[in-house]
Amino acid sequence: MRAVMDVLPYLVAAWVFLAGCYGLATSRNLIHAVGCLSVCQAGTYVLLLSVGYRDGATAPVFSDVKPGSRPVVDPVVQALTLTDVVVGATVTALLLALVMQIAKRHGTVDPDELSELRG
Amino acid sequence: MNDLLPLVVAVPLLGAALLVAAGRRLPRVVAETVGCTVSAGTAGLAIVLLLNSSPPMTEWVGGWQPVNGESVGIVLTGDGPGLGMAALASLLTLAALAYSWHYFDEPPRRHAGSFPALMLLFQGGMCGFALAGDLFNMFVWFELMSVVAYALTGTRVEEAKAVQGALTFAVVTSLGAYAMLMGIGLLYARTGELAMAQIGRGLDRHGGPDALVLAGFVLVLTGLLVKAAALPFHFWLPDAHAVAPTPVCMLLSGVMVELGTYGVWRVYGSVFSGPGGVPAEALTRVLVVLGVLTAVIGAVMCWYQRHLKRLLAYSTVAHTGLFLIGIGVLTPEADDGVALYVLGHAGVKAALFACTGVLLDRYGSVDEHALHGRARRLRGLAVLYAAGALGLAGLPPFGTALGKSVAEEAVGGPLTLVYVAASAVTAGAVLRVAARVFLGLGPAPPDHGEYETTGSGEEPETGHRVSRVPGPMTVVPTVLLATALAVGAVPGFAGLVAHAMSEAGSGGVVVSTPQWTVPGVLLGLASTLLAVGLAAVAVTRPKLLAAPDWALPLRRLQSGHVGDYVAWVLVGAALLGVLALPGVSGGG
Repeated sequence: MRAVMDVLPYLVAAWVFLAGCYGLATSRNLIHAVGCLSVCQAGTYVLLLSVGYRDGATAPVFSDVKPGSRPVVDPVVQALTLTDVVVGATVTALLLALVMQIAKRHGTVDPDELSELRG
Repeated sequence: MNDLLPLVVAVPLLGAALLVAAGRRLPRVVAETVGCTVSAGTAGLAIVLLLNSSPPMTEWVGGWQPVNGESVGIVLTGDGPGLGMAALASLLTLAALAYSWHYFDEPPRRHAGSFPALMLLFQGGMCGFALAGDLFNMFVWFELMSVVAYALTGTRVEEAKAVQGALTFAVVTSLGAYAMLMGIGLLYARTGELAMAQIGRGLDRHGGPDALVLAGFVLVLTGLLVKAAALPFHFWLPDAHAVAPTPVCMLLSGVMVELGTYGVWRVYGSVFSGPGGVPAEALTRVLVVLGVLTAVIGAVMCWYQRHLKRLLAYSTVAHTGLFLIGIGVLTPEADDGVALYVLGHAGVKAALFACTGVLLDRYGSVDEHALHGRARRLRGLAVLYAAGALGLAGLPPFGTALGKSVAEEAVGGPLTLVYVAASAVTAGAVLRVAARVFLGLGPAPPDHGEYETTGSGEEPETGHRVSRVPGPMTVVPTVLLATALAVGAVPGFAGLVAHAMSEAGSGGVVVSTPQWTVPGVLLGLASTLLAVGLAAVAVTRPKLLAAPDWALPLRRLQSGHVGDYVAWVLVGAALLGVLALPGVSGGG
């Protein structure tokens, strides 16, 4: 049971990432596709946070915890996750703006109907 | 000197911030002057640091030095290859800004600072990626330069093709970046470090490679190879390059794609090359197999394009394959060759894109068939275009030829043939275009709505068709070609490059100075002759070299459908795993 619980977060991360990829590959709507890309990125959040997890540890905030008095989870991966969230927000905003323009210029947001570039 | 290292990244970012803040009030001339000054200043700084980069510099930003060998800070590495790539990116940004000087129609109209600001942000992202000494910051800079590149690709938002190409580019590259971040997370889980050198040492302490190291390797490499546009991660590149504004194409093809290759070289060398990493023969297998496939498919697809920018984009894909083979064989000589090849290729490819941009602005088309015989009067441009094609083929004494011959000698055997063939076919396609467009040779090719992208009906980038070619648009490609020539022709330059490479790779032991050799020159001449021959046959007897039936399925793979490309990224990641697996399971 213990071993399963140790591996579970990593399996969840891989599952979320691959589910996002599946959604991207089969998407029939570009807004849905942008959402799927965010799902892929959510997989990276889960992975990073589970890497830093420690049993029985608290948040790495030392305003009410004396340093060294009890274990804390790894703050580095939390900083990475925050940066990752910022990056993700930028990418999603830009992608949605592009989808808006595609809807205006092509009159559709179905990737199957975009045929300007091929061959 | 160390303290100046972060400035290479900070100066363009500050310049961009200034332009965004004040852009609305600035007249266009001032905004463009600020853009050029900042990018030139950064280039100068990078070159000064490059000349003083012996021994290599390491800067822990903000004074977060490692304590007892454990680090949490951001580290910048200022060695020859890193600063060299930063200098190349800065110089090409300067060239692109000069090329778009005054004539280029820069949307949005009421904000003169936005285009130069985006270019400077792009430059800052590329410099940061080149200098990053820790994996997480490599990811952050990777994302910064990618996001700016998506925005620049879709600059002309009113064009249907531009927004589609930008979206495909954005989705595929971002997915690659997230895969890379997953890999970084796994490596951090194993070693508790983010700085590349420290991760490498951490892996070695842990013993032989296992499944986790393999997964980290595959995921990190997936991200970098998407950026480098290696097969089968390359599908975004032709779609993005065909629609991006010309100055942006110069940067995308000239240096951004090469930064992906540089990233592979950097990450393998500092993270995975130890006993706890991925064995050398596994890396060689991965990169040589993918490199050969990329070079062959890129060259074939390049030959069958009629959209001039797509044609040049596929030529970049083919050359990426050659670079990957070069770094894959893991010899210092091949590294030197690839470094020279990248420098020469950047000059030649940017010049060719610049010339294509002139055709677009003069005739409102980048279609080989529609332009047949129409540019007879642009004799100067014809000379530049043909010179660029010969440089692409590797005609001595171009820098491409020197780099190619050194790399050919280092890889040896049948791989040499791949170098000769790929460079000859892509150069032959460019020469074919030159003969048809500038000389009007041969019969006009028939139009038969095949499965292809034509280059007709494109909007000129100057707002209206120009009647005279603006000065900067011919000066910039001339200077770029002259630089590409100088890389190979100036005695001692190759030695400097080799010295810079060796200090980063083999610890300061200069193995040999790359120089012209008789077989190298002969091979360069052979691929040039082959290119001229192919172009001559294609122009005079078009039927002989027309696309055969087996080429059509290959073209159908390039479907323009973002879902297909995502599926190919997954296939590619699986392929990487399969190729790397035997070495890892054998070693552990």
